[in-house]
Amino acid sequence: MDINSVPQDDSSTYANNKKAIYAKSENGEIKVVGSTGWNVEETVTKQALEDLEHSAHTAYCEVKKGIKSPLYYYMYKERMDLQLLHETTSFFKWTIRRDFRPEIFKKISNKRLSVYADALGKTIEELQVLEDIDYDCN
Amino acid sequence: MIATDFKHTHSAHCESGVMASLLRHYGLNLSEPMIFGLSSALTFAYLPFVKIGGMPLVAYRTLPKSIIKNIQKNLKIKMKLENFSNKEKGENRLNELLDEGKVVGAQSSVYWLPYFPPEMRFHFNAHNLVIFAKEADNYLISDPVFEHSVECDRASLSKARFAKGLMAPKGLLYYPTDVPTDIDIKPAIIKSIKKTAKSMLNTPVPISGLKAMKSLAKSILKLESKDTRYAKLYLGHIVRMQEEIGTGGAGFRYIYASFLQESSLLFENDETLIEASKMMLEVGDKWREFALMIAKSIRSKKEIDFKAISKMLLFICDEESKVYKKMLEFNGNK
Repeated sequence: MDINSVPQDDSSTYANNKKAIYAKSENGEIKVVGSTGWNVEETVTKQALEDLEHSAHTAYCEVKKGIKSPLYYYMYKERMDLQLLHETTSFFKWTIRRDFRPEIFKKISNKRLSVYADALGKTIEELQVLEDIDYDCN
Repeated sequence: MIATDFKHTHSAHCESGVMASLLRHYGLNLSEPMIFGLSSALTFAYLPFVKIGGMPLVAYRTLPKSIIKNIQKNLKIKMKLENFSNKEKGENRLNELLDEGKVVGAQSSVYWLPYFPPEMRFHFNAHNLVIFAKEADNYLISDPVFEHSVECDRASLSKARFAKGLMAPKGLLYYPTDVPTDIDIKPAIIKSIKKTAKSMLNTPVPISGLKAMKSLAKSILKLESKDTRYAKLYLGHIVRMQEEIGTGGAGFRYIYASFLQESSLLFENDETLIEASKMMLEVGDKWREFALMIAKSIRSKKEIDFKAISKMLLFICDEESKVYKKMLEFNGNK
């Protein structure tokens, strides 16, 4: 790729940053050029972000309807899934799944709660209450 | 003593960028592509049985930390790598090293670093950065993938350094303790070029090298029978691994072309290396075409042409094999 062909697409996913891309300059030397974005990369990054957002939204509504505990929503909100939460907390997956049940989660020990809170970057208090977001759940 | 004379450089990739910055600061001036090439970091890997965020592992470079370790080994540089059992020990040791005027590399999670914009914050634990000073409760950080140096508060940096999970950084700090100034890098160049070419051409198992590309091409064909949303996420994931995670474009192929070019100069304009560099640059362009093809399929409402995408990957595989064969012709003799 030539330096003049390095995309400068001002991608929103770069959030006003530039990434270093290697390209061939006029004199033939391959060197670093700052790129403001590439629409191809923006497409796939946005796709991944929307997928995470979709999971969080779906989870939010299940918690709101009382089907799942707040833990379930915060896991997705912090861009995790069961596998990652299991790796981060070292809790067995089946025990985490139990904690997704609202009635089990209400009786959870503070010690266990603090491990979840630490993994998700929340306080114990935050983790027990579903935050108020204007999601359409119908 | 504060290492105020440290210079931040904008790099394509975190680990090669950190190593280039660190070594330059400690007296050995090598470019990022040279570091990347000398550590034989270029590869292709596809592990369908290892899932990250529900997607198979696809990688265009070798395992995290391999750049640090291979540079250490190939250039006979002495480095110290330190892990810690808890945040407190990790923080204390970091402060100690900074007080001594040292500049240190560190491994961290991306997700917990507040200076990363939300658009870039995914759970990835093998990020690398340079910490070069402390001011009050803030650390001054040279994160190679950013244009300018950044700041980070103590609590956030610790959270990022001690993130748990896959490839957990365990607070890793690293810095050179002995950098020879009279290194002849030519033998290391010859060796590393051979190693990269051979590992791409002759891997016995289909999880790395060109064989892995072929097996990924097969998996792409199989997406036809899968749910469209999943298929699109899967294809998007391949492109993200190729472009999004700081590869300098085209899954490190451009950066490697730069390494081959720089090496050709050290070997008195070696024709073979000049040619290999040119070929690798063109292969990079083909990877970008492949990415464009996928992005268009994701955006389009029409049926995805999996056969065409798979065929393109096989074509790239053939083109790459020519580059590696060309690289094997190089033996450093005039």
